[in-house]
Amino acid sequence: MPTRRQDIWVSKIDWSIVFIYLVLVVFGWMSIYSTTSDSNVIENIFDFSKVHSMQLIWIATAFALAFCVLLINSRFYSVFSYFIYFAIILLLILVLFLGKEVNGSRSWFVIGSMRLQPAELAKLATSLALAKAMSSYGFRLKTLEGWTMTLGLIMLPVTLILLQKDWGSAVVFFIFILMFYREGLTGWALVAAFFTIALFIISLLLEPVVVFLILFTLSLLLFAFINRCFLHAFIAAVIFTILFLAYSYLSVLLTLSHSQEFIVSVSILGVLIILVLLYAARTKIRNIYFILLFFISSLMISYSVDYIYDNLLKPHHRNRIEDMLGIKVDIKGAGYNVHQAKVAIGSGGFTGKGYLQGTQTKFNFVPEQSTDFIFCTVGEERGFVGSFFLIALYVILLIRIIMIAERQKHSFARIYGYCVASIFFFHFFINIAMTIGLAPVIGIPLPFISYGGSSLWSFTMLLFILVKLDAVRLGER
Amino acid sequence: MIIVIFLISALVLVIRLFQIQVLDDSYKVTALNNAFRYEVQYPARGLIYDRNKDLLVENKTTYDIMIIPRELKAFDTTELCSIFQIGREQADAEFKKLTNRRAFQAVPFLKQVSAELCAGFLEKEYKFPGFYAQARTLRVYPHKVTGNLLGYIQEADSSAMKKDSYYKSGDYIGKSGIEESYEQVLRGQKGESIYLRDIHNQIKGSYAEGEYDKQAVAGYNLITTIDVDLQEYGQLLMQNKLGSVVAIEPATGEVLAMISSPGFDPATMSGLNRRSNYIALRNDPTRPLFDRTIMSSTNPPGSVFKIVNGMVGLQEGVLRSDMRYPCAGGYPYGRGVKCHAHFSPINMIQSIQVSCNAYYCYVFRNIIENPKYPSLDSALNSWRAKVQQLGFGRQLGIDLPNEKGGILPTTTLYDKIHGKGRWKALSIISLSIGQGEIGATTLQLANLCAIIANRGFYYIPHIVKEIESDSIAIDIDPKYKQLQKSGINHEYFDDIVQGMYLAVNGGAGSTARRVRLPDIEVCGKTGTAQNPHGKDNAVFICFAPRENPKIAIAVYVENAGFGGTHAAPIAALMVEKYLKGKITRTDLEIQVLSSNFIQHLVQK
Repeated sequence: MPTRRQDIWVSKIDWSIVFIYLVLVVFGWMSIYSTTSDSNVIENIFDFSKVHSMQLIWIATAFALAFCVLLINSRFYSVFSYFIYFAIILLLILVLFLGKEVNGSRSWFVIGSMRLQPAELAKLATSLALAKAMSSYGFRLKTLEGWTMTLGLIMLPVTLILLQKDWGSAVVFFIFILMFYREGLTGWALVAAFFTIALFIISLLLEPVVVFLILFTLSLLLFAFINRCFLHAFIAAVIFTILFLAYSYLSVLLTLSHSQEFIVSVSILGVLIILVLLYAARTKIRNIYFILLFFISSLMISYSVDYIYDNLLKPHHRNRIEDMLGIKVDIKGAGYNVHQAKVAIGSGGFTGKGYLQGTQTKFNFVPEQSTDFIFCTVGEERGFVGSFFLIALYVILLIRIIMIAERQKHSFARIYGYCVASIFFFHFFINIAMTIGLAPVIGIPLPFISYGGSSLWSFTMLLFILVKLDAVRLGER
Repeated sequence: MIIVIFLISALVLVIRLFQIQVLDDSYKVTALNNAFRYEVQYPARGLIYDRNKDLLVENKTTYDIMIIPRELKAFDTTELCSIFQIGREQADAEFKKLTNRRAFQAVPFLKQVSAELCAGFLEKEYKFPGFYAQARTLRVYPHKVTGNLLGYIQEADSSAMKKDSYYKSGDYIGKSGIEESYEQVLRGQKGESIYLRDIHNQIKGSYAEGEYDKQAVAGYNLITTIDVDLQEYGQLLMQNKLGSVVAIEPATGEVLAMISSPGFDPATMSGLNRRSNYIALRNDPTRPLFDRTIMSSTNPPGSVFKIVNGMVGLQEGVLRSDMRYPCAGGYPYGRGVKCHAHFSPINMIQSIQVSCNAYYCYVFRNIIENPKYPSLDSALNSWRAKVQQLGFGRQLGIDLPNEKGGILPTTTLYDKIHGKGRWKALSIISLSIGQGEIGATTLQLANLCAIIANRGFYYIPHIVKEIESDSIAIDIDPKYKQLQKSGINHEYFDDIVQGMYLAVNGGAGSTARRVRLPDIEVCGKTGTAQNPHGKDNAVFICFAPRENPKIAIAVYVENAGFGGTHAAPIAALMVEKYLKGKITRTDLEIQVLSSNFIQHLVQK
């Protein structure tokens, strides 16, 4: 029965997705061609020493792969998902020993002139495995087993990728939180994640005492608005302000040493906390405990940021983060890439300089211009209009993927669809954001646009497995 | 909800893009900058004059032929070789060094090509895309003044570039001597010419007709305190000798001559054979690169130092110039100190005249065992402080690099040698005659002489008198204009000067009577410093004339023998040269010029 149904899958294919895919791939190849050539010379597009010609091979093979993906029986993906997953895990382990170090990451297999990055494939494999695990009978996300299972599936490749020192690819896995949200994770988790990132940034940018004041004000406002206790909140604010001013005045006057200051402030804080607890017990407002918990944990996160930052991050990570936040502006050193990228994009203006007319993205002003910084070429030559078009195209693609995921009857396909959307979203958003200085530079490619076989293959397979699952969704019923 | 996240994120990107692409113009300006080509304009380095505005160092323009690897196209190598008159092998060797063929950074192909050869190249430059000529200045030395004093220039190495971001690969930087200590003043400020280039990286001409070009600012000229005639004459006298001479104008602290022998020709350090010349100098057993005037910190001053002990003794009140001590062939206490035959007993003036060892043993013991001080330690510390104020055991602060402070013993040192509490005045009695745990640079000895000539004060010796600039006035370091106190009262100097006068102009027993000059009242003090490594070092300090001295000079000749015989003539000849401009004591000149104290080293 299913076989006969599958014969007619061509008519069920979501051609809109395939169309967007083709537009992106062609757009990408034209951009890569532009980075390696100038307008006066007609390049031989089959000169395989050139990046754009190599990309032609990658595109051709990616099309072939997409075709294969569509031909294979759709049940293969769910049945063999664990097999695929562990095969890729094996590759991730092997690359640690057999891989070649490129830009400080030992994450590439090199076979002749071909390079393969298993971390790219790991996203696909993890998506399949997560979809399989979470769609299996009796799976409950909000149980210990559920969390152990899913987080285990994610953390295994993440750990291996971190061992390769490929930070960028590892961070991508964080974005599965979006899929978890769809599958029942509370929205507060998203808020908490967002808040933690924001806290990290303000802790780096601002003095500890300012962070303290912000957190205090935030907690007080939470208390006031949730309980409508504006008067009490106001009194608390006044008491705190007086205490704070007195304390800062005294500490200047007494010239305390750092350790003394620490002891004094912690004890004052302790007294205040006890007062708040007493108040909570008297008024029996239970949410005060939560607000207090939020306040103290935020404070601890904020103060541990310095430790994490100084001890766990590598200097080049620190430089990139500091560059993004504008703490340390060094346009010749760590900030060089981003500065040049911003210059290239900014110089594009509203309509761009015209195809092949860019000056910044040629002659190596922008490093990695055909891979991670490919968006610079778009920004420079196509201007704001072209960039807007590309972003719009991605948004349409993402929305379309979500729509496809939502219309699946089988949760395997739905979960997988959300994984795909999350991964595309993270790559697309972070890649463009890092070229315009909104995110630290983590070397991740722009899907379908950046040069590179591994990424094009894995993104193509990611997308077309979903297309296939969608095309046969009636047969699966 | 997730779609909302997608939309908000996309909106953030679009807003940011709108801001940098449409609203903010600054990126457009910077992008234009990228299409510029900046060419460095090198400033002329400042010239160096002597005190009479005689040129010591000037510039000559040469050309470096540079290659921009990325712009290289096929060219006729044979023709290129014939233009520059180089062999094919040399050219090929240079091309081999081009590792990155896609680099924009220009790399040198040939260095220091003469203007004539370069003119030939410029005519045919169009045939050699990727090559261009870069004008550079080379230092030229009209007089033969030693490289220790002038210094030289060389290409900045990576450590210099790390220390100061001004320096880029291929820039020159002053090394040693005046070139190093006045680098900031001499180097000037590099300029920049801006050229436009299109997206094919071809130069389209000067940007905005040069409106934004930065003119190179020439370095400032230096007028030094050196008298080049005296300097050259001193260098001549010091030929075939190891040692050094420092002559100072006492009233100002200006250094008139500063000779470290053997020296070297600074021109050899910046020519094409710089590297091999440098290695030859470094391996030379006579150590020409070692500036003996300011780096010879372990040289014992010998009997010259007796004056210091005399002055400290007078100041401490343990010595009066009429105090007499007997000397029958030496100082009999402790292990004893031998002395040569002279009349006895003698007072302080006579002790300087005949350079009596025993006299200063008495003086020094009185200083160290002065009942005024509760302990030996505090007495030695007080002595040390006074000697230090006279310029010993510390850097004087001359405007030359690598000045050493010499050696001045501390109580800790003697505690280490003899054990704590186990040494007394007699254990360290050799300090009385400038031997033992003491070392002084020739500059310090000349400065001592200047203090005596001034009867109690000095100015920090310095080499540069004036910084010549056409726009802004730049003063030399104000410390060189500041009077320094010696800590010895003015009235004590009369008798010391008298002793030094008699040492040269006295009768029998006067240690330097051989170098007495007609018409010039020279006051001097000889020294013969024992040298554990060989023959004694000859030392002599003197100033002249006796009233209103114009020159104070210290001469230190290693492994020569008696100071009165081998160091004093050099000083006397230089004094005569400086004050009279001509030499009457030709007998001394012949003796000095013919003496050779480095044979043993050269033969090795």
